[in-house]
Amino acid sequence: MIAKSPLLDAKIPDGPIQEKWANHKASIGLVNPANKRKYTIIVVGTGLAGGAAAATMGELGYNVLNFCIQDSPRRAHSVAAQGGINAAKNYQNDGDSVWRLFYDTVKGGDYRAREANVYRLAELSANIIDQSVAAGVPFAREYGGTLANRSFGGAQVSRTFYARGQTGQQLLLGAYSALMRQVDAGRVKLFARREMLDVVLVEGRARGIVCRNLATGEIETYAADAVCIATGGYSTVYFLSTNAVNCNATAAWRCYKKGALFANPCFTQIHPTCLPQAGEGQSKLTLMSESLRNDGRVWVPKKKGDKRPPQEIPEDERDYFLERKYPAFGNLAPRDISSRAAKEACDAGYGVGPTGFSVYLDFAEAIGRLGESVIRERYGNLFAMYHEITDENPFKQPMRIYPAPHYTMGGIWVDYNLMTTIPGLYALGEANFSDHGANRLGASALMQGLADGYFVIPATISDFLAEHRPDGLTTNHDAFTESVKAVQEQVKQLLGVNGSKTVREFHVELGRIMWEKVGMARNEPGLKEAISDIQALRDEYWKNVRVGGVNEDMNKSLEFAGRMADFLDLGELMAQDALERAESCGGHFREEYQTEDGEALREDDKFCHVTAWEYKGEGQAPEAHLEPLEFENVKLTQRSYK
Amino acid sequence: MKVQVKVWRQKNADDPGRFETYPVEGIIPEMSFLEMLDLMNEQLLKRGESPVEFDSDCREGICGTCGLVINGMAHGPKCACTTCELRMRDYQDGETITVEPFRAQGFPVIKDLVVDRSAFDRIISAGGYTSVNTGSAPDANVLLIPKDTAEKAMDAAVCIGCGACVAACPNASASLFVGAKISQFSLLPQGEAERKRRAVRMVEQMDREGFGNCSNHAECEAACPKSISIENIARMRREYMKGALTEA
Ligand SMILES: Cc1cc2nc3c(=O)[nH]c(=O)nc-3n(C[C@H](O)[C@H](O)[C@H](O)COP(=O)(O)OP(=O)(O)OC[C@H]3O[C@@H](n4cnc5c(N)ncnc54)[C@H](O)[C@@H]3O)c2cc1C
Ligand code: FES
Repeated sequence: MIAKSPLLDAKIPDGPIQEKWANHKASIGLVNPANKRKYTIIVVGTGLAGGAAAATMGELGYNVLNFCIQDSPRRAHSVAAQGGINAAKNYQNDGDSVWRLFYDTVKGGDYRAREANVYRLAELSANIIDQSVAAGVPFAREYGGTLANRSFGGAQVSRTFYARGQTGQQLLLGAYSALMRQVDAGRVKLFARREMLDVVLVEGRARGIVCRNLATGEIETYAADAVCIATGGYSTVYFLSTNAVNCNATAAWRCYKKGALFANPCFTQIHPTCLPQAGEGQSKLTLMSESLRNDGRVWVPKKKGDKRPPQEIPEDERDYFLERKYPAFGNLAPRDISSRAAKEACDAGYGVGPTGFSVYLDFAEAIGRLGESVIRERYGNLFAMYHEITDENPFKQPMRIYPAPHYTMGGIWVDYNLMTTIPGLYALGEANFSDHGANRLGASALMQGLADGYFVIPATISDFLAEHRPDGLTTNHDAFTESVKAVQEQVKQLLGVNGSKTVREFHVELGRIMWEKVGMARNEPGLKEAISDIQALRDEYWKNVRVGGVNEDMNKSLEFAGRMADFLDLGELMAQDALERAESCGGHFREEYQTEDGEALREDDKFCHVTAWEYKGEGQAPEAHLEPLEFENVKLTQRSYK
Repeated sequence: MKVQVKVWRQKNADDPGRFETYPVEGIIPEMSFLEMLDLMNEQLLKRGESPVEFDSDCREGICGTCGLVINGMAHGPKCACTTCELRMRDYQDGETITVEPFRAQGFPVIKDLVVDRSAFDRIISAGGYTSVNTGSAPDANVLLIPKDTAEKAMDAAVCIGCGACVAACPNASASLFVGAKISQFSLLPQGEAERKRRAVRMVEQMDREGFGNCSNHAECEAACPKSISIENIARMRREYMKGALTEA
């Protein structure tokens, strides 16, 4: 038996799984409509999770303050999602249901997510589509006028809704328009170009935040009755990832340092189909939709270091390694398996392209079978994008792809109400750890962000607020003054080093350590090395970083410097978590724990739990707390994609 | 490869600003334009000079954060492309490249190449939405929308709000941006209820923000990274007329 930490009460409602959410909502404490405007709620983040939450809580009548780093809420990183959003609508009559989406998500997450949360997510998925359509999201449609669906990421039903290759953009603009309506109504106040640098606690409860105004450098404070963090994921700890360059862990990390437990930091997802790195100056990696694997065949030459152009390599000298290793799923094998296989091939010297770190994704067979026009119709814009970026025409030669960090399942620990271990502090969207276990299914992050923002938090927050009446606390309270002092101190320290290496140079180095040792395949000696490498890099950082400029001005180098300091700490925690979790599951692959066929081998007796880390102070080892996971509805089975 | 970057430097909104020229070395043709600017900033920092501030985020053409005037053209000379999608292989070794911020009365400069586009948010908040509270939406398939109509709405909805239309327009008009949003909703049944009020309010807000009038230069369409058609401006005018006649 895994012993449950007293700090981690998930507050899962009683009753059968199908009734938990309904029962819970029926018993939640409510705030009288006339009193709602007396409550101030801070929402940090304007992505699908934060934007939808701020808009909906504004509609309910709360006084909402909404913050983001970009110059407009519409630019949150959710905007970049391409493929689609899942929902158990069963419009295609192909046997989908809430139960099936729930089951697929639990299984896809390799049994490391909480059943009750996942069930609620599946339940709410249908409402998200209704809400988005009502907001004017122009999803793809059939000739008859009904909504179109596709099958995504290997799902056996067609439950994915999409708007060309810009589903995230359209969903975000839907949430953004609802948000701007509340701005118009005066219920939401927007604070763009702000970076949250601390959460302020008064008597153990979250009562506000400290921000840096990114246009002026001013350090600002805001007080509230509750604080919601919806600040996205931390894939940029790897430096190169599919995430936007401003994505960061800072808000979540500062909450961690104030006592919010950080769960499963080592659960990260590496996406198999990204454009390979072209050279040293690269600042991010571009995702190519996974749908390409429906018709593309992945291969490398059978001979190491074969420099011939792909067209000159005959069929029998090619290794279609996914088809060979996973005959049942072939090129559609899950993300983690495909990614790992590609990296293994390249590490062993079979990779192609100028750097040797890419594999072919070949459409020749599909073009021969279906004709160029069908392929153009299916993937025209993706082929054009690839051509544009690489100057290579995928109709004439195979694409080159390589895996890249993409999504982080780990995040701030939350209970069923999305409350962290700090009372009054909530975490939504990719920033929390809740629903995807050790691996997220394609098209499920958008679903989770919007479920959290539109439906969960607006319902659960009143339970807390009903018990905590407004008390007139302002930012004059000492806790704010102290927090501002700490933030200013750090800024001063960063500017004061004036060493010889730029923030970017440190970030590249950290990224390399993370990718090699805390990436797709991990092992004990590697993780131990990673920890000491990161510690050494951190020491160097605080002695030798060059930031430049001053605080009282727009200073992006300073912004990145603060984020970098947090990445150094987070990277170490990720390695430590990966070391502690002596099993393989989902995206976390420990080489010591695999089946004979090289599949992830879970150790359910020892690790069927969430690991949530508690900060113990500068230079102190963090403490691990466990939340055992119970599976009452889905039977634990070993995944097999053979 | 190496280039000279002749770039606009401006301390803040009150500073008159000026051009500075910086050499940038060690560029590879596969680099994106913004990666070249990153490299320039790294080299400036190493020399103890202050880096040139510019905005960017997704670096793949979808968030609308980046936006520079390159050699006199918004998002550079390439069609249907954002600044972050430009590649250095399209520039010559040794070339001098001029880089400026988007210039318009409605987009005051904050610093160097960074401008304030919050006017766009204020225009959207003046009606660029449907008034449907969360939880009150009917089933998504209740209203059937013909595929062609949905596609047309999507053609307008793809706007990334970058502001290149304003920067390219001799009058600094925001008509393409506003027209695209009004069109999206006027084409969809969901937008019907507030159709007139929306058109009137959004157009009036655009005027209040100091953007100029549209006099059909069509430079906006040419600069738009998403190739949004000026048909949307015509539709905006019709919607505004209909609205102004009955709403006033
Ligand atoms: C290229 C790409 C494609 C994807 N495609 C899909 C897909 O097809 N389907 C799918 O389901 N998922 C997809 N995903 C994943 C999905 O897009 C994200 O997980 C999801 O959008 C995250 O939403 P969010 O609201 O949690 O965070 P985000 O959208 O990342 O928003 C974070 C917000 O927090 C703000 N913020 C961050 N830090 C601070 C701070 N310190 N202070 C103030 N504000 C801060 C930001 O400004 C922003 O407003 C994709 C991801 C990527 C990278
Ligand atoms: S940085 Fe997002 S569009 Fe250019």
